Amino acid sequence: MLEGLMIGLETAFSIKNILIVVGGCLIGTFIGMLPGLGPMSIIAIMIPVAISIGDASTALILLAGVYYGAIFGGSTSSILINAPGVASTVATSFDGYPLTRQGKAGKALTVAAVSSFAGGTIGAILLLFFAPALASVALLFNSPEYFGLMVVGLSAIAAFAGTGQISKALLMTVIGLMLATIGEGALFNAPRFTMGLMDLQSGLGFITLAMAMFALPEAIYLVLDPGRSKTEGGSNEIKDLRITRTEARQIAPVIGRQSIQGFLIGVLPGAGATIASFLGYAVERNIAPKEEQDQFGKGSLKGLAAPESANNAACTGSFVPLLTLGIPGSGTTAILLGALIALNVSPGPRLMIDEPQIFWAVIISMYLGNLILLILNLPLIPYIAKVLAVPRTFLIPFILFFTLMGAYIGQNNATELLLLVGLGVCATILRFADYPLAPLLIGFILGPMLENNFSRSMQLYDGFSFIYERPMTLGLLIFALFLIVLPSYRARRARLRAEGVADGD
Amino acid sequence: MALDRWIALILLLICTAYAYTAFFTMDANLAPFMRRTPIWPSTFPKVLSVMAIIACLSVLLGFEKSGGPKDGEIDYTRLTDYKLGQALFLLGLMVAYALLLRPLGFLLATGSFLIFGALLLGERRYVTLIAVAVVAAGSVWYLVQEVLGIFLSPWPMMMGG
Repeated sequence: MLEGLMIGLETAFSIKNILIVVGGCLIGTFIGMLPGLGPMSIIAIMIPVAISIGDASTALILLAGVYYGAIFGGSTSSILINAPGVASTVATSFDGYPLTRQGKAGKALTVAAVSSFAGGTIGAILLLFFAPALASVALLFNSPEYFGLMVVGLSAIAAFAGTGQISKALLMTVIGLMLATIGEGALFNAPRFTMGLMDLQSGLGFITLAMAMFALPEAIYLVLDPGRSKTEGGSNEIKDLRITRTEARQIAPVIGRQSIQGFLIGVLPGAGATIASFLGYAVERNIAPKEEQDQFGKGSLKGLAAPESANNAACTGSFVPLLTLGIPGSGTTAILLGALIALNVSPGPRLMIDEPQIFWAVIISMYLGNLILLILNLPLIPYIAKVLAVPRTFLIPFILFFTLMGAYIGQNNATELLLLVGLGVCATILRFADYPLAPLLIGFILGPMLENNFSRSMQLYDGFSFIYERPMTLGLLIFALFLIVLPSYRARRARLRAEGVADGD
Repeated sequence: MALDRWIALILLLICTAYAYTAFFTMDANLAPFMRRTPIWPSTFPKVLSVMAIIACLSVLLGFEKSGGPKDGEIDYTRLTDYKLGQALFLLGLMVAYALLLRPLGFLLATGSFLIFGALLLGERRYVTLIAVAVVAAGSVWYLVQEVLGIFLSPWPMMMGG
């Protein structure tokens, strides 16, 4: 292994390759900031450039740089304007945007950069040591287990989003799942719930819904209440860039835990960064002490560090099945697989033996990409955060324009824009009535995966028997039920006790 | 009845329509061989619709107490105290943008969207405004069309854009 490591170091640390990583990170960061262009699309766009380089290691190093840059860029728009352009950064906006509203945008971006770096780095180290062993564990997960895992993810999100109001959160989750059934599913060749409209044939776009649920209501709120444009501190100065020692001590265990958990979830094919970030957020919230738990969703540094480290670690984790089994675990790695094949490299169990320099160069370049991203972005943060100092008369039309662009670029369809406005108005009304919107979006994102795994399990077991015939699935489902019942039971008991009516125990 | 329960009522109606489609009309055209499989296109929607109806009823009948208004949220009962007009106009502007994007072309539609949006919000530095709008529309178009290679027609339809 040491020998391989040396080969990788040698390849990655040439002047040319370092320049390529720097370039890739910058391109990724800036394009990733535009909502609507996630890592997947940016990598797809960069593939022709990468292939024209010719050398497989260098091409992969470029793509790895772009990948990490794009993930960080996506977090930036989540934190600054509440517009998550990628599913895996939705959880980042839960606490990142509240921090911005408190005038701590600089600190939020710093925490995001540091957590991403730590997540990516720990992930790369784990990849180094455990890749071959983990590949065989991932194979133990079959459709029923994936179904169970996703149900756990959805219940965890509903449980944290609707504190004390779990039925609203559950309702929103189910509505999200229902929205995901619109259009043609992968398993059935029939359009469903399209009401005969051609434009709904391919379903709703993720970006459209993400913009409608988060960015548009926030922009409408900013217009309705001009006082909101000012951060709560009263000034738009960028201050508090540094993380204090206490804060560092507070988030360090979160980063450690979530890097490992995120990596393990990333290893499972199909789970990926999105589930890792949501589960990471939910887990950290549930294990936090009571007083810190209340801070989640209102600008908790822990709540920001958790999804950021988890999603980066998961991105690294998703390379395990790609490099060792040749199975791409996510959309992005699928595109990378395409790039690898175009470069005449076939990933699989033989890759480590046949072409060790590529395997190790990828791992080293991931590490390098993370490091360079941190070095590049920390000094840039004050300038990135300056976006908020733009006067609101300019900022609001621009936010609206970027939400429109995000929806338009993805689908190239003007109807999508009308849909965006309509859904945005609905989302604003739901927000007036205190319905949590995050579960809806998460339900929508996980819906197709959930249904596919559900359907496959039903086919394999010829009915619902997979629920009790697979112990791990049953365990996961019971855990999910527990997640939902426990908080509402607790809230109910707390309320009864507060009213002085009953305290049975 | 509070707004959240009105919404639950509306959602209940929508979910009922969804359930009706899933249970009664969707499987009408199902191919005979599909009928023998344990999973139909309607299976998952059926499960969802039942769960949705239960959740709707639970909110509607008020099994859980809703919390009071939160800090930093907007009190919808006093909506007219806020800048409702501006918000509605901006939404109108977005609809206009959606409808005019193709006929006017990207550059003209985007430029005027940014200019009118800022004017509406009270911006009066006309020169800055026009310069910013033109530069922004131009550079986004260049980025998307030329750098990323995603087609975006720049000029009005009649000019062949």
